[in-house]
Amino acid sequence: MSNNYFKDILETNDLSIGYKEKRGEDLCLLSDLNLTVRRGELVCLLGPNGSGKSTLMRTIAGLQAPLKGRTLVEGIPIRERNFSEIARLLSIVLTERLQIGNLSVYHIVSLGRHPYTSWMGRLSEKDESMIKWALEQVGLWQYANKFINQLSDGERQRVMIAKALAQDTPLIMLDEPTAHLDLPNRVEIMRLLRNLAKETDKAILLSTHELDLALQAADIIWLMSKNNDFKIGAPEDLVLSGSIEETFKNKSFNFDRKSGNFIMNYQKKQKIQLVGNDVMGFWTQRALAREGYQVTCEKTGNCSIHLVEESMEWQIHKNGKVTNCKSIQDLLLGLNENL
Amino acid sequence: MQNKTKIILFSSLFILIAIFLVIDLILGSVSIPGEKVLAILMGEDVKTSWNYIILNFRLPKAITAILVGAGLSVSGLMMQTLFRNPLAGPYVLGISSGASLGVALMVMASVLLPGVFGVIYSFLGSWALVVSAIVGASIIFVIIGMASIRISDSVSLLIIGIMFGSITGAVVNILQYFSDPEQLQSFIVWTFGSLSGVTWNEMQLMAPVVIIGLLLSFVLIKPMDALLLGENYARGVGISVNKTRIWVIISTALVAGTLTAFAGPIAFIGVAVPHMARAIFGTASHKVLLPAVVLIGAVLMLVCDILSQVPGNQTTLPINSVTAIFGGPVVIWVIVRSRSVKASFS
Repeated sequence: MSNNYFKDILETNDLSIGYKEKRGEDLCLLSDLNLTVRRGELVCLLGPNGSGKSTLMRTIAGLQAPLKGRTLVEGIPIRERNFSEIARLLSIVLTERLQIGNLSVYHIVSLGRHPYTSWMGRLSEKDESMIKWALEQVGLWQYANKFINQLSDGERQRVMIAKALAQDTPLIMLDEPTAHLDLPNRVEIMRLLRNLAKETDKAILLSTHELDLALQAADIIWLMSKNNDFKIGAPEDLVLSGSIEETFKNKSFNFDRKSGNFIMNYQKKQKIQLVGNDVMGFWTQRALAREGYQVTCEKTGNCSIHLVEESMEWQIHKNGKVTNCKSIQDLLLGLNENL
Repeated sequence: MQNKTKIILFSSLFILIAIFLVIDLILGSVSIPGEKVLAILMGEDVKTSWNYIILNFRLPKAITAILVGAGLSVSGLMMQTLFRNPLAGPYVLGISSGASLGVALMVMASVLLPGVFGVIYSFLGSWALVVSAIVGASIIFVIIGMASIRISDSVSLLIIGIMFGSITGAVVNILQYFSDPEQLQSFIVWTFGSLSGVTWNEMQLMAPVVIIGLLLSFVLIKPMDALLLGENYARGVGISVNKTRIWVIISTALVAGTLTAFAGPIAFIGVAVPHMARAIFGTASHKVLLPAVVLIGAVLMLVCDILSQVPGNQTTLPINSVTAIFGGPVVIWVIVRSRSVKASFS
């Protein structure tokens, strides 16, 4: 039955995760999880720090024993296999930065072929073509002979994704793959992973803190919260049902269901009227909100701000006096002086 | 680095070994001309005393130099990779401390407990030091081995090794404090290291054990390469890190333990040569580094043995000092030039 086509690549049966204690009761983080990741699906595991994301990832990958239940990849129970058999079922990409510099990109990706090579580690033609394919997929084939320490952090992460691709496993697991990266690289990595899932028909499971990126890229989100709650669904479903708002509830910010963004809760000082609209109005309003003003369209008090869009100028009207400002920075300074 | 450059580097190392081997055989307190040395090596009977000196004294010494250089360098490389630590060496697990404790007990405690040790000493004869070193190193090895099964992180293991080094060092100090000057001197002479103590008889034990240990390390090339990515990635590509760790420890214990027993605790070379190999070959890949450290270690040790024979003089310098005094600056120069340490252990 080796060619059996599993629609569900990853499956967990009544999986309970946590830590076994030598004395006393086991620390159970989540229990009776029945999760699936289908072929070609990108699943993002979201949750605040300390909710047990890493524990779940480690348990699924077979690096940590479950308290109960089991994980199956293509129908094969992970814990009953040794490391080299697991390595043909799932590959991992970690957050940790490599501590080695003088290895070539090609050599690192070739380590992904370890489960298939002999004890000598000699690469066959098939191994070599897999390595080339993997490097082409992440767009780094021209860097094959460069040393890893000559690459940027984003490129390094792509090399590790290529290593996982070269490993030729139905499931790829990534632990916070965008943790050290700047915004363009984070977007690039998520876009790459989504495309890979669709094009290669692999199942990709990743844990992340990047809520906004996950909402845009994921097919399914697994949402963990600190009170042992676990929700599964398409990103939009979780937003509409308020689950995301609930999970990330906090004193200092709110999740805005309309925009899909987090909004900081600023201390409200006073109301101020803003006359004007459009893009300039939107950013002016954000600046004012940060300063603690509650912006309204109605007339309040004796102070208002008027936008002059033609000349990109801001006017503070106060007690009949008009002050012109050339930038939002000037405007905020002007307001502080006036009040 | 191009394959062509690698081939040139490797063949030059082979040529260097051949050249220094011959020089090492030529030099010594009795001067024997070069062509006669070659003739003796070809099996000609040139002059009975010369034949005896070359075949029974200088040749085993040169082979010991090659084995010590190659063996300790390989052990050092494996420890540096296993512990991801540029300061690790063959003795980091306390194997040489174990050996020196064994030797110290044998040499010095025979004064304190003349009965028991006297009997052992007279029974073992010339093998006394070797056997005591092997016993001492093996005891430490068994303890570290058991610890490595229980403890799954390498840093803790490193600290345990260093602690054992300190404990045995302290016991040796106490023994030294209570022993008489004669015993003290013969122990200290052992700690200087010596390549000339190995006869053909002893070589029959030393060479096979060291070679088995070295072969074992060549089998470990694949998992060691995976370990360069860190233990988690190594597991991820199907390497059993615990098994690898135990095999690395066994191979290091065999090689370093045996060499220490026969040639004394020769420091420095095991830490330094892997860094030279990385700097010269510009890679961390064990497929290249392992043969490279074998050859560089052998060359360096032959050169040190040549230098230890003070020209035109009967005396020889202790090999331990020679390796550090002459090898140290070379290593510093290589490392400063290539900055490869930072690339390997960032």
